[in-house]
Amino acid sequence: MVGKARLKEIAELALSAARADQTEVLINAQDAALTRFAANAIHQNVSETDISVRIRSITGNKVGVASSNDIQEASILKLVQKAETIASFQQENPGIAPLPEPQTVAEIDAYDAATAECSPARRAESVGAVLEASREQGLVASGAFSTDVQETLIANSKGVLAYHCGTMADMMTVVMSDDSSGYAAGSAQNVDDLDTAAIGRIAIDKAIRSREPTAIDPGAYTVILEEDAVSTMLFFLGYLGFGGLAVQEGRSFMSGHLGEKVTGDNITIWDDGTDSRTVAIPFDFEGVPKQKTLLMENGVACNAVYDSFTAAREAGKTSTGHALPQPNTMGPIPINLVMQPGELSKEELISSTERGIFVTRFHYVNPVHPVKAILTGMTRDGTFLIENGKISRPLKNLRFTQSILEAFAHAVLSNDQTTVKLGFGNLAACVPAAKIEGFQFTGATEF
Amino acid sequence: MREYTERALDVAQGKGATYADIRIVRRENQNITVKNGVVQTLSLDDDFGFGIRVIADGAWGFASSNRLTQEEIERIAAQAVTIAKASALVKQHDVEIGPPEAHVDIYKTPFEVDPFEVSLEDKLDELAAADKEARGVAGIAIAESSMGFLRETKTFASTEGSFIEQELLESGLGIVVRAVGEGEMQQRSYPNSFGRHQGTAGYEFIKQWDLPGNARQAAEEAVALLSAPQCPSKTTTLILDGPQLALQVHESCGHPIELDRVYGTEAAYAGTSFLTPEKFGTFRYGSDIVNIVADAVTPTGLGSYGYDDEGVPGQSADIVKNGMFVGYLTSRESASQLRKTHPDAPERSNGTMRADGWNRVPIIRMNNVSLQPGDCTLDEMIADTKDGIYMLTNKSWSIDDKRLNFQFGTELAYEVKDGKLGQMVKNATYTGITPQFWGGCDAICNRDHWNVWGTPNCGKGQPGQTAHTGHGTAPARFRNVQVGLMQ
Repeated sequence: MVGKARLKEIAELALSAARADQTEVLINAQDAALTRFAANAIHQNVSETDISVRIRSITGNKVGVASSNDIQEASILKLVQKAETIASFQQENPGIAPLPEPQTVAEIDAYDAATAECSPARRAESVGAVLEASREQGLVASGAFSTDVQETLIANSKGVLAYHCGTMADMMTVVMSDDSSGYAAGSAQNVDDLDTAAIGRIAIDKAIRSREPTAIDPGAYTVILEEDAVSTMLFFLGYLGFGGLAVQEGRSFMSGHLGEKVTGDNITIWDDGTDSRTVAIPFDFEGVPKQKTLLMENGVACNAVYDSFTAAREAGKTSTGHALPQPNTMGPIPINLVMQPGELSKEELISSTERGIFVTRFHYVNPVHPVKAILTGMTRDGTFLIENGKISRPLKNLRFTQSILEAFAHAVLSNDQTTVKLGFGNLAACVPAAKIEGFQFTGATEF
Repeated sequence: MREYTERALDVAQGKGATYADIRIVRRENQNITVKNGVVQTLSLDDDFGFGIRVIADGAWGFASSNRLTQEEIERIAAQAVTIAKASALVKQHDVEIGPPEAHVDIYKTPFEVDPFEVSLEDKLDELAAADKEARGVAGIAIAESSMGFLRETKTFASTEGSFIEQELLESGLGIVVRAVGEGEMQQRSYPNSFGRHQGTAGYEFIKQWDLPGNARQAAEEAVALLSAPQCPSKTTTLILDGPQLALQVHESCGHPIELDRVYGTEAAYAGTSFLTPEKFGTFRYGSDIVNIVADAVTPTGLGSYGYDDEGVPGQSADIVKNGMFVGYLTSRESASQLRKTHPDAPERSNGTMRADGWNRVPIIRMNNVSLQPGDCTLDEMIADTKDGIYMLTNKSWSIDDKRLNFQFGTELAYEVKDGKLGQMVKNATYTGITPQFWGGCDAICNRDHWNVWGTPNCGKGQPGQTAHTGHGTAPARFRNVQVGLMQ
């Protein structure tokens, strides 16, 4: 861990050397370790110490960006010069937004010393227990157990100075037999709060229960989607539709439909960067405080998220604190999504289903029709048939091709929420499980 | 660099490593994007560091840092050994990496014009010209053109005596144009999707593909797609263009032949493979005309290099020969493992271990996995097709975790009727099961239509790694394919 004082020193050095009208310094530092296991042994066990400094120089309407992971004084000074030189080659960009002014940023205590100092031996011990439990059942475990410290500091020539430090421990595992697999995962800010043995038990249980799967014809089925599958759908809603730039460019299902009903009455979704059930960070990559933003309320498309650039393109808009490192062509996206739960337990969702399919998670999901939010992907690691309110037998995996909005129009949500990390940086969603009628399975595979 | 590499290897061995290697890597990236007439991004990124990989107590360890000093080298070497010893606490058997590899060599990507020496003005002018052409077409809402350049210099040294220096150079370019209608967005990309087409080459690659000269056609097609009818749903004959076929090869052949996947080391993330070891040399992957080769030596191929990140020479290997599955992509460890059950398998790795920078451990990655050309022209192929669909340029992709059931969507498609191209159709998709699909391949265009396409966004591994891979393809025809699932 580098610490706020040293990161601030680097930022101040860059800002003091800057000659541009406006300058922004974005620094990310990390100490990350990951123990990866497969075939009941550790096969990749890695650690990384890195820091990156990114300078954005704006002179007039011209912007230049340069980055490096060399933090020696001479290199930082050269980096500032490089960004300013690049800016000088630019054509005038009248659409450019000025850098944000300083605002009060809340501090979030997200650091845990035990996680930051977690040793490879401790990770190996936890992994070893999962491997042993799998072996006892004649199963093979794979997965990864990571612990890391991430620091972010953003400063600009207008006085913005925002710093956040957080730790994270993650474990995920897929446990397999010759013809089945089970999945489980968990995350915690404090490694002591991560019950790795429980994660192993859930995956082992599913791997045992999904043995000898049988095929079922594709078609429209009632599904019970576990939280991991729901979070995938929510992530794609955010990626495809909730960003201000996507809305402005007509790429979003919300383009031209703000204030209109676009899905079911019971669907309310917001983004909250300070919600500790997600991976909380109080500011975005411009140093703007993250605002809780209601994206969809009772099925009505409410708001998109904004960064400085997209906010400046619309009258009356201000940044909601959802910028990615600027400038970029993707625009802002929500990364701390929360979906309001329903009233029934997950067990009640199952017991109220006469015939349906239980889905643990999806695999390799991609958009087929972005504006209609139609996705395709496979089921994976625990797919079961539900008959007469009970899980009756395991199924071979299926391909779905389905509009998220149409699916959520027929969804009953469970009354509890689980946080799911989405595998891309610090993206996380806090979601319930869902029962959805008429979910379209369009193909099947051989296992 | 030798003073650093020798120190790293000495410290690792002194701490108990029985094998160690170090990679010192610098990456310089230049990225330029022009969107709707405005330079959206113009950035120079520099990244430097080293990673040390060791075997100690019969298990792997890896540690890395961005600070190249003697003190940090010693700390990281010791840390790698500590990590390896932790791995050994739960090992099933000792790691074996086969016969030693000792090479002292220098490799540089062949190129004519160093793209980092070409002025920013020239690059911006080229992109602005393409942007203007595209937005000159009424109905275009978004035009985004880009160039990207990468120079990677890396030094590899091992306790087996290797000392290899490489300088790899990549140049890439592309334009994507989007037309937006009510509830509809259609896009066309040139020369390929995923933002850009990329190769191991200099700035001559940019000139060869002539972005300004092709932007207008892409824009016209995007606008025309808005009013085109939906792709029909049926089982029919499918013709794929080179870029779409490149992704088909990547997903349904390139990934399942990665021997680490086959042995389950990617099971929890990317998945495993249907091409299990008992199928090696005995399984019919496709029809007799399907021949697939994996190589690291195709000129301009995005998967071309001198040595992989285990210090094994880049080479060429048969993967599918006359339709039969005959080869995997291997590492030193997995090649050794395969030999235990298949004594006829090659003794040495075929050199496909690559790491995404200094801070990642090498894993098996595709180099240039290419479908060999056939003997007809595209015109002849279409003329010989009574009823079917011709699909071009990938838009959507998905495949199951053993690489059997796939579904792809393309940007553009045309009906084929009685040997002629018919009307344009939109939102085209097709789906299938890998061996059945390749079993239905009955024609491949000749070498005049063959090109090696770059895929710069191949994800794998934990922590995540992105690899740059190449795929040589010419248009090909497949019988009895389910197309057009979307209503």
